[in-house]
Order: sequence, then structure tokens, then C-alpha cells
Amino acid sequence: MSENNIYLPYLLRIAKITEEAPSVRTFRLEFVDEEAASSFDFKTGQFGLYSAFGEGESTFCIASSPTRKGYIECTFREVGRVTAGLADKEVGDIVGFRGPYGNVFPIDQWRGKNLLFITGGIALPPLRSVIWNCLDLREQFKDITIVYGARSVNDLVYKHELKEWEERPDVNLVCTVDPGGETPDWTGKVGFVPLIVEQLAPSPENTIALVCGPPILIKLTMPLLKQLGFTPESIYTTLENRMKCGVGKCGRCNTGKSYVCKDGPVYTLDQLNQLPAEY
Amino acid sequence: MADMYQLASASLDPLFAAITASGRRILAPTDQDGRTELNPVTRFGQVAKDYVQTTLSAKEAVFPKVEQLLSYTLLPGKVDLVDAEPAAVPTVVFGIRPCEASGFQALDAVFNWDYRDKFFNARMEQLTVIGMGCTRRDDACFCTSVGGGPGSTRGSDILLTPTASGYLAEVQSDKGRAIVALAAKLFTPAAAADKSMLVALPAAFDQPALSAKLPAMFDSPLWAEQSLRCVGCGACAFVCPTCVCFDIQEEADTRQGRRLRTWDSCGYHMFTLHASGHNPRETQGARWRQRIYHKFSTYPERYGQLGCVGCGKCTRACPVDMNLQEHLVEASQA
Repeated sequence: MSENNIYLPYLLRIAKITEEAPSVRTFRLEFVDEEAASSFDFKTGQFGLYSAFGEGESTFCIASSPTRKGYIECTFREVGRVTAGLADKEVGDIVGFRGPYGNVFPIDQWRGKNLLFITGGIALPPLRSVIWNCLDLREQFKDITIVYGARSVNDLVYKHELKEWEERPDVNLVCTVDPGGETPDWTGKVGFVPLIVEQLAPSPENTIALVCGPPILIKLTMPLLKQLGFTPESIYTTLENRMKCGVGKCGRCNTGKSYVCKDGPVYTLDQLNQLPAEY
Repeated sequence: MADMYQLASASLDPLFAAITASGRRILAPTDQDGRTELNPVTRFGQVAKDYVQTTLSAKEAVFPKVEQLLSYTLLPGKVDLVDAEPAAVPTVVFGIRPCEASGFQALDAVFNWDYRDKFFNARMEQLTVIGMGCTRRDDACFCTSVGGGPGSTRGSDILLTPTASGYLAEVQSDKGRAIVALAAKLFTPAAAADKSMLVALPAAFDQPALSAKLPAMFDSPLWAEQSLRCVGCGACAFVCPTCVCFDIQEEADTRQGRRLRTWDSCGYHMFTLHASGHNPRETQGARWRQRIYHKFSTYPERYGQLGCVGCGKCTRACPVDMNLQEHLVEASQA
């Protein structure tokens, strides 16, 4: 009896590379195998293991929206062996992908609600998938607000898309950079993301909040939202624990009784509160 | 329902011969450099006579230290990916203790609870376990505290229990019956189970009560105190029959490579270290707590069984004398 090898990746060809910020790139990836291309499906919030053959695998979210067919995108910062190997790749080169893994943002349950995205730095990619998914189904949702910040203007990722969201009348984008990170022609806000959220004072009424960022952003934003009246069930985040297998076996992402790769990466604050703070 | 037989001491040599003749490899405890370890044997005479436990566990028979998951050749604009097939040979593991035999079920739970791991399954399918009940124990043993016992049949296809005249053979499965069929005349039906030679081992702590109280003890200073002397060497995980956590690594040059799975340990700092430098389990205390919680809280909740069989291998292997049983007793009383 022969079973499938769950560690065998799909092969994908790099169709496009976008330089987002210093050391940060986005790959648009297309399946080499036509059958895989047509059968592959995922939902927003899911992730995968991306391989640079010769270096290994790294875990990133799928940063594109499932409404955009024929490709997936990932955005990564060059920090280690695998991401350096990926950064060396050029258009036309082959990378590996295992996935989609993990649970999803339940956007079907959010019809008729306002969506508030709060994110910083390179934590925008997982929410970018949700943002485009919801924008592609725009009539299903009410107000869409995005608060996004980075250390400096240059560190903002998806600069072209930020411009597009800024220009759309049906999106309220608030961009900010940390004090000292602004340029002379910067027209956005200056200040840390939680401070900007505090100034914005979004209403919790009929609103789902999605928060994703470095630990300090999460730590400061969660109490703020609670103070504003958001319930723990209405606040979502996505965790990015270190993983090797992605399929609930290697043990790395285990936190309390949860395996982030299986029970996550998407958690409500309510669920997060029941986990030990080991993420 | 187990079939019970008597097996004379003198029958083990012909039984080994019959097993070997059937094309099965036998792994059994042998004396090796002053330790007892599982090694390939063909005759019962090669088997160690006076051992409590092997130092390493039998898990390597189904979960090798290093295993190739795939290989590839890199060509211009192309990658030739080759699936790996586990080299699973029919294997009889003979003479491991009941604690270790039950460890295979804990491995199986992880490897198959959702996605199925073909590498583990291919080897497990080819594996027959002939366990050996314990007439001796040492201070590290605590199987009876975690639901096992010196004569527990769990996980053994055949459990042999020493008797005055030979062995009681309890045959538990089709794999066990297939072994009996190889040399049926050696096995005499037994009317009663003689387990009088098994060693006595009173339980040292109330495991269900401990598992129940662990969630509320997460912030206890106990874990940091217990792990003060832990050097994070990972020996406990490597000798453990149920520790399954692994790493996936690449071995390659510019033209070809392979992807390998290797044993890993939650006791290592690098295990959870994020690329950003953030580490969710920054201290050895947090990592020690993870070890205890994964085995005694996560496993029962998730897989309906413990991630510890009470074999005590970790205690015997620890270079700084951390004693799992003592630490669990201490946690029970905290």
C-alpha cells in the first residue's frame, strides 16, 4: 500500500518579482504542472512551506487573494538561509510549495459587517490576502478601514497597492510611519500604529477587527480595542510560529493545546486568551 | 482476546531461526560497549541476558534519526524532483520492555492524526513487536504511574513473560499470529497466565490528577526551578520512545540535493526561534515545561493517550541527573 508523500512540494515558476522594501520581495508563482494549477485551491488566511531548493523550506502566508486565480504570491524578507536562497532567484526560476495549510479567516461570516485592519511592517502580507478577497467581494461588506504602519516610508510594503487603496472611495486607508521615518514629501501620519488607532477611535459596532503585526503592536493594540468596546470574539489575528512540517507533526508550533499549523494560524483574541503566551 | 501459549526456554533458538528464515530481520538487545542496545541478531544466544532497558529506544526501527524525504536535481530553469521510498524491511523487534512497546502507539498518534506519514507507516506495517515482561526494574522506572506495567501487553504483538520453565506468550494481533505460525509446534497452549515472576512496581504519583491540574500550574515557579541544571543537551528526547518532534534540513550542492528529516528536541533554544529573533520559549524553564505539558496535557487531550510510557530512559541518560519521576511527583504535590 503506497501512500502519498506529504512532504513533496509542488513546483512553481516565478512569474514576477516585485521589490517591496529593503530586503523585502514579492514573488508571483505559477504552477509548473497544469493539473496542479487547475486543481489547487485555498482560502484566505492559509499558509504554505516555500522551498528554495538547495537551502530548505520557510513558512509564509499566501499573500494573494483566492479570488485571483492561476497564481499565488508570497512576500518575504531576506533574513536567513532559505530567504537568502529565495532572494537569489530570478523570474523563470523554480521554487517549491507545500500547502495550503491551516485554518482560514471566516469571511463568509462577516457579510454586512465593517472590517477594520490594523497591521504593521511585514505583517501586512497575510492581511493583504484578506483585504483583496474582501475588496473583490466588495458589496458583501460595509466600511473597510486599513491602518498600516512601518518604521519608515521606505519600509512600507505593497506601495502601489497602498496608493490604489488610498484612491478608492470605498476604502479608508490610514498610513503611518514611526517618528523619524517620514520623508519631506510624506503626506500620511507619523506615529506608532497603536497611537494612530487610539486617535482614530474606531467604533466596535458591527465591526470585525483584524490585527497582525510584530508582538509589540499586538500587545499594545489589543487592550486598546478592548477599551473601545471590541469583544474578544470580534478581534482576529494570525500567528506565525516557527514551523517545519506544517501538518501537525514536527512539534515546533505547539502552543498549549494548539498546533498553530492545524488549529491556526487564524485565532480570535478569545481563543488566543486561552493559550499560554508562547507565540 | 489474546491467545496464550507456553514457550520453553530452549524454543527461542529455533524460533529465532524460523523468524530469520522467513526473511524477517530481528533487532534485539545486545551488549554493546558496556551498554545494552538493539542490534540485528539471528540467534537467541546473541541477546543480552541481564538488562533492565536499552539506552536508546526502539523508535529508530520506525522513525530513523535521519531519513530522506525527497531528492532533486537542479537543471537550468527546471527542477527534477524525486519522491523517496522508505527502505522498510520486515522487522521483528524482540525483547523490548512493555513500556517501550506501548510507545509505538504514541508515535502512531502523531504521525497519523490528520495527514498520514508514509515513511512511518511503511516501517510500522513491516514491524512486529515481541515484548518481554520485566522481572527486574531500576529506580528510573515508573511505568505503573502512567498506565503501564511490567506485564502490560499494550503495543506488543506478542508479549513474552518469563516463567519458571520458560515463557508465557500472549499473542495479541495478526502479526503475532503470523510469528506463531512460523513455528507452531514450539507454542503449547497455556490454560492460565503465570505472571508470578513479574517485578512489583507501585505507582509513584496519581497521573490523571497531575494531568488535570497542569493547566492551572502553567505559571508555577516549579518549572524554572526543576530546569535550573538542565543544559539543554536534548539527550532526553533522543532516547525517548515517544518523542517525535523533528527537523527538516537540506543537504545539497549546486546541482543536486536531498531533503532530510532528523530528530529534534523541544529542549533546544533554536527549536522555536523565529527569524526575527523573537523566541516564544526563551528560557530553559519554558522549554522544560513544554516537555512536561506536551506529554502529560497536550497528548491526553489531543490523542487520548499519554506522551510518556514511564520507561525512565530520559532519567538514565540525563548528564545532570534530572529525574523525570521525581519531578512529576514534585509537580503532583505542588
